[in-house]
Amino acid sequence: MTSQLVDYDSLIPNNVGLADDPKLRRALEAWHPGYIDWWMSMGPEGFQVADVYLRTAISVEKDGWAKFEFVKMPEYRWGILLAPPIEGRTIPCGEHYGEPAWQEVPGPYRAMLRRLIVIQGDTEPASVEQQRHLGSVAPSLYDMRNLFQVNVEEGRHLWAMVYLLQKYFGRDGREEAHELLQRQSGSDERPRMLGAFNEETPDWLSFFMFTYFTDRDGKMQLEALAQSGFDPLSRTCRFMLAEEAHHMFVGYTGVARIVQRTCEAMNEAGIEDPYDAEAVRALGVIDLPTIQRKTNLHFSLTLDLFGSEESTNAANFFNAGIKGRYHEDRLDDDHRLVSDTYPVTKLVSGLLRPVEVPALNGLNARLRDDFIDDCQGGVTRWNRSIAGSGIEFEIRLPHVAFNRAIGEFTDIDVSPTGKVLTREDWKAHRDGWLPTSDDKTFVETLMQLEVRPGRFAGWISPPTKGIQNQPEDFLYVRLP
Amino acid sequence: MVPVVIDFQTHPDRYRHWRLRFEDRVARLDMDVDPDGGLGSDYELKLNSYDLSVDIELADAVQRLRFEHPEVGAVVIGSLKERVFCAGANIGMLASASHPLKVNFCKFTNETRSSIEDATKYSGQRYISAINGTAAGGGYELALATDYIMLIDDGSASVALPEVPLLAVLPGTGGLTRLVDKRFVRRDRADVFCTVEEGIKGARALDWNLVDELVSGSAFEEEVVERAAEMAAASDRPNDVDGVELTELERRFGDDQIEYSDVTVEIDRAAKVATITVNGPDEPAPTDAAAAASLGADFWPLRLARELDDAILHLRNNELGVGTFLLHSRGSLEAVVEYDRFLGAHSEDWFVREVLLMWKRVLKRVDLTSRTVITLVEPNSCFGGFLAELVLASDRGYMFEGTLEGEEATATLFLTESNTGPLPMSNDLTRLETRFWGDGAGLERALKAVGATLTADQAYEAALVTEIFDEIDWDDELRMIIEERSSFSPDALTGMEANLRFAGPETLETKIFGRLTAWQNWVFQRPNASGETGALRRYGTGLRPDYDTRRV
Repeated sequence: MTSQLVDYDSLIPNNVGLADDPKLRRALEAWHPGYIDWWMSMGPEGFQVADVYLRTAISVEKDGWAKFEFVKMPEYRWGILLAPPIEGRTIPCGEHYGEPAWQEVPGPYRAMLRRLIVIQGDTEPASVEQQRHLGSVAPSLYDMRNLFQVNVEEGRHLWAMVYLLQKYFGRDGREEAHELLQRQSGSDERPRMLGAFNEETPDWLSFFMFTYFTDRDGKMQLEALAQSGFDPLSRTCRFMLAEEAHHMFVGYTGVARIVQRTCEAMNEAGIEDPYDAEAVRALGVIDLPTIQRKTNLHFSLTLDLFGSEESTNAANFFNAGIKGRYHEDRLDDDHRLVSDTYPVTKLVSGLLRPVEVPALNGLNARLRDDFIDDCQGGVTRWNRSIAGSGIEFEIRLPHVAFNRAIGEFTDIDVSPTGKVLTREDWKAHRDGWLPTSDDKTFVETLMQLEVRPGRFAGWISPPTKGIQNQPEDFLYVRLP
Repeated sequence: MVPVVIDFQTHPDRYRHWRLRFEDRVARLDMDVDPDGGLGSDYELKLNSYDLSVDIELADAVQRLRFEHPEVGAVVIGSLKERVFCAGANIGMLASASHPLKVNFCKFTNETRSSIEDATKYSGQRYISAINGTAAGGGYELALATDYIMLIDDGSASVALPEVPLLAVLPGTGGLTRLVDKRFVRRDRADVFCTVEEGIKGARALDWNLVDELVSGSAFEEEVVERAAEMAAASDRPNDVDGVELTELERRFGDDQIEYSDVTVEIDRAAKVATITVNGPDEPAPTDAAAAASLGADFWPLRLARELDDAILHLRNNELGVGTFLLHSRGSLEAVVEYDRFLGAHSEDWFVREVLLMWKRVLKRVDLTSRTVITLVEPNSCFGGFLAELVLASDRGYMFEGTLEGEEATATLFLTESNTGPLPMSNDLTRLETRFWGDGAGLERALKAVGATLTADQAYEAALVTEIFDEIDWDDELRMIIEERSSFSPDALTGMEANLRFAGPETLETKIFGRLTAWQNWVFQRPNASGETGALRRYGTGLRPDYDTRRV
């Protein structure tokens, strides 16, 4: 057991010995002003001086990782916290399986590791940028606070990745850390690295969908990196996972509260047909088919983030021992996979069916499949709520081949149920499966700022309980 | 099996294959290979055929002639075997040698041939071959490296390059290149010559310019002596000074280190790295050339050159797993620069000239070594003048920026005129010219840095080093660079480095080494040469080799 010395006095809560690490301190000092500039110009617009009831992690102990207090976001104490080391930890997979975990970057894998960390790091500020306009149309102070909590934590996750780059990757690492602040979501000049992180998050339904689905990809990637043989990366990701869970909670409850409100409003108005969009929308709530279309969109965009189903990179990462599988340490096999196979769905003679591929090359597909299982739970609970209100409707996750732009299914058109279509068929049905501009316009009309304590916009139900059990009318955000 | 350590140090007293004698200003270097004196036990060195042991002695003789015999103006390479000059590299040795051994053998023999040409051209020691019988393959290639080839006209003595028809390999010591690029033999004649197993003799050999002079059997010795005396008389070497004896090197071998007086080698076999540290001088530079010569083999630049040369040869041949050389230096930069100025100021003196020429050859040896060379310029290092060439000879150079905590010394680099002319690479360009090939402005900027003590910033600005790192990054960056390097394919690195090192035009030398690497080392790997039914294995069995007839 190593003791965790946390420097409470400093600006940056950390358990990485920042005070005694002049190299890291100097690198961070050089990077910090740029980060603050980025936060001021690209962070939540219009609320930088508001006092927000935020959770701050100040240590990795049980009582330290969630301190609640009012804070102005630019003064948030972004820290560098790693999960406590596991004594005797070994490399969990690949050709170095069983060797002591690396405490320094192994030279042969330097470039590979850096690329992984940079890609992960690039997603963190990207989502802050995507969500920067949402505060001004928040449906409640409660939701506004949750948005900001997600934002500052994405900021902290950026710090976590920057820490790794600066601590372990020398000059290249510092340059990459700088670059992370230069790219911008949706920019033509310097876009973020992954497609889904250049899509806009124009409304709160999108935000909840994003936090439910896309942040869950983040969770899966962090889970896989938590299984890295490079111990500092593993420890960093293990701590980040604790916070990531909150983001998915925001997404899950957000969609659940929208669904609940829609069902209630339909029942109150005596509308039974969930497909009568005009009638439902007239009630000022979001019709369930629109929620299904948003689910289809965000789910399929997120699947693309897993990369090609068959991937040499994924095989290399795993074999090198720098990225494992979901819950690698709980899996019962040889952790090398050299002669194993994994079934990957592919188009064979016009049909989608599983084909056995070398397990190492199928690792992206495997992580994606674990992701799909993980997504299903929340969807089932949404449906339970719909069924409980007596409305006949079920939200379904679309087929893996639906609406894909990366991997096996890029060039084919597939329905949400997995039927391979002609281009014409696809075009004819597209508007039933993916959000239309009408949907977007309608949802936008609902986006009105609601800042009265305890009040909620009409299209979303209040939460079942407040943050830290605060009362419903708690002033989560004190506006100046 | 205990691997045989190949030692490149020898002495005429211990020669088994050569006899050295002197006639006034002429040295006679006669080949008399001891059939049982080879490095391996599974072949006999018949008919003056050779293996590396023969060439190590030849290299030693060439070196000693330059330093120990200022009076010698011409060297005659001959044979003490009846009607045989030299049958070339031993086939049994080639057939049984591992690929790395063949490659290193060819490289070293080529370096020795180049040093013979260098002595002729720059040292005032002209080489003559006196071919008294068959000169085949490497035997004729040895003659090609000399400046003047005399062939006995006895109706049977011939010169030949029979490698292609007989052995399915190539003449590996520059024979093909020297035929057309040095002796200007017409390409179709050269083609015919290289496919005639028995070679060419007499008048045709002269007509085709394969030799320079044809001498009848009875007059041969007399003519050789006369020609050699004429050439010696034209030499600019002094006839009235003592030579400098190349005394035994001081060195101690440990399991993973070698200690010389001025060079230390530490070998980390697990990391695949050899750390080579060269030391600056202990004594100030002498005041005049005679004082330098009186120091003899202890004159610091000479001692260092010999030690570094031996270290590189040792690592090349005996430490195949070591893929990266890390070059450090330690000492007073001012003192090194003082020595460098001394060498520059006395370059007309025969001894100082030899020291500079030796440095030229050692640096070329570095250029031609198939290991990653990384030079580290640190506080207290002394890369100045000719030593700074090591920085320029390396694949990458890293320089320490700032000071070590609690210390005052900073890393500095110093270029002098030694970096702008006297120490060219095989491509006949200076390392600076090669570095800035196609970048006139870059070269000019670097030349402006000559004569100034350069800090890390300035050296980086002048593009003399790859990167500069301060104390905070230094260890980590280097560790990662070295670990990453060690993870790459050694073959791909060798090929990549050799391609990148020699920008600019081809010369006889670059062609010889480049083609040796590209063609001969490829042919060596092919079954047609080295397979069970290939020509090397079948040689002498009476069976014809069985070729895969597809052209590649």
